[in-house]
Amino acid sequence: MRVRTLAVALLAGGLALTACGKEGSPTDPGTAPSQQVESNVTVDGSATFEKMKGRGKVIVGVKEDQPGLGYKDPTTGKFTGFDIEIAKLVAAKLGFNSDQIEYKAIASQGREQALINGDVDYYVGTYTINAKRKDQVGFAGPYFTAGQDLLVKKDDNSITGPDTLKGKKVCSVTGSTPIQKVKTDGLTEPENIVELQNYSQCVTQLEQGAVDAVTTDDAILKGYASQDPSKFKVVGKPFSNEPYGIGLPKDDKALRDKVNDILDAAIKGGDWQSVYDATLGKSGSTAEKPVLDRY
Amino acid sequence: MDVLLDNLDLYGPGFLNTVELFLISAVGSLVLGTLLAMLRVAPVPMLRATGTAYVTLIRNTPLTLVFFFFTFAFPLLEIVTPASFGSAAAYYRNAALAALILYTAAFVCEVVRSGINTVPVGQAEASRALGLTFGQMLASVVLPQAGRAVVPPMMSTMIALLKNTTIAAGFSVFQAGSISLNLSDRGESQLIGLLWIALFFVVLVTPMTLLQRSLEKRWSIAR
Repeated sequence: MRVRTLAVALLAGGLALTACGKEGSPTDPGTAPSQQVESNVTVDGSATFEKMKGRGKVIVGVKEDQPGLGYKDPTTGKFTGFDIEIAKLVAAKLGFNSDQIEYKAIASQGREQALINGDVDYYVGTYTINAKRKDQVGFAGPYFTAGQDLLVKKDDNSITGPDTLKGKKVCSVTGSTPIQKVKTDGLTEPENIVELQNYSQCVTQLEQGAVDAVTTDDAILKGYASQDPSKFKVVGKPFSNEPYGIGLPKDDKALRDKVNDILDAAIKGGDWQSVYDATLGKSGSTAEKPVLDRY
Repeated sequence: MDVLLDNLDLYGPGFLNTVELFLISAVGSLVLGTLLAMLRVAPVPMLRATGTAYVTLIRNTPLTLVFFFFTFAFPLLEIVTPASFGSAAAYYRNAALAALILYTAAFVCEVVRSGINTVPVGQAEASRALGLTFGQMLASVVLPQAGRAVVPPMMSTMIALLKNTTIAAGFSVFQAGSISLNLSDRGESQLIGLLWIALFFVVLVTPMTLLQRSLEKRWSIAR
């Protein structure tokens, strides 16, 4: 009898706890126009493509915690955002419809290994192209050019750019490129640098006033600002250049050329613009079309 | 080897901070854990209940959750906030220490108590008959004998603590656990970077294993 009372009490407590989650849901991420699925696609000499074909579906690595770019709705399990739409576009031109895509959420530190192991066929998720990474994986693109920026409280006018960060607490994800840049450039004092597990936690700390600014690529910050425009704003002075590429297995040049062709057509045609307008463009900012960097 | 040599600025301070976190929280949790064990065998029911409640609550909570509490929830109580602490880094470091000490103390308490249970009741009764107070009885008769009995499990708890310090990486404390996260953004090979971290942990744990062996040997005759 006592056990039953305890069980009921625990259950009631559990229910009460789960009920007090964050209120409200992100603004409608929007859906891009669905892509025309190509048929009879061949990519000569691409082992990855053969694998996709044999499997009958394509496995895409994505981010799951970046609103507007790669975001997994915790209730429906659906992925939305600019990166996701780009992944869909590439899959469609490779001959796979949206039901044949399996999304795999992979955090930044696992990206290279996932591509090397072949856990994913390609990776679309705020993946900055750089020389060191090219030693391990291949990159198609860039399909977007972001820059490091700052997210601050709406009424904060003391932070106007990277030079005004001295004495301010700055938050970003542990070990990420933007926070390493803040450290090496000495933008603020070492004791004012806060490194947490993800950007959502940083934004929560910003909201509570525990930090003064959140820094990372403007594309990611715009996603948060558009979620809560009454509380946050993006400073809007990018101070780095982050070309986002599609990560591919390193030696698969055939597939890399094919994906570059797909992106080229999408950027020159209207597909890239319509994808942008339906996702990131909703924050009201425009973006320049990227220039492909083939190698 | 390149991964290690090119990133010594990560590995060096990273492991130094790990060792520092470990040493402070080891001392803290040993002291607090022993005090808790004394509470749990105290003659006053109220004290016993306090000790039991603490162990039940903390031991059943995942460490990450304890970290979450001190990093995100505790400042909301406005007793101590990152702002009132002056520097953010100092606040998060102390938050990590508090989480590690409070969490590990629950395990230390149970290890010490299991040691106390190995000491025959007759010893406690005899010392009380000699006129020792409860505190004197514990300090000079029971705890020294209990300590000998629990060297291996205590060392296991301490090794677990050493590895648990890596959780602080996600809570703004730079240490060994943060190295791999930094490496990935530098474009270094993750696998090799992690192998080096594993190797360093072996190097850190080995002296603890040796210490355990020598303590066991030295104290085994005295029983």
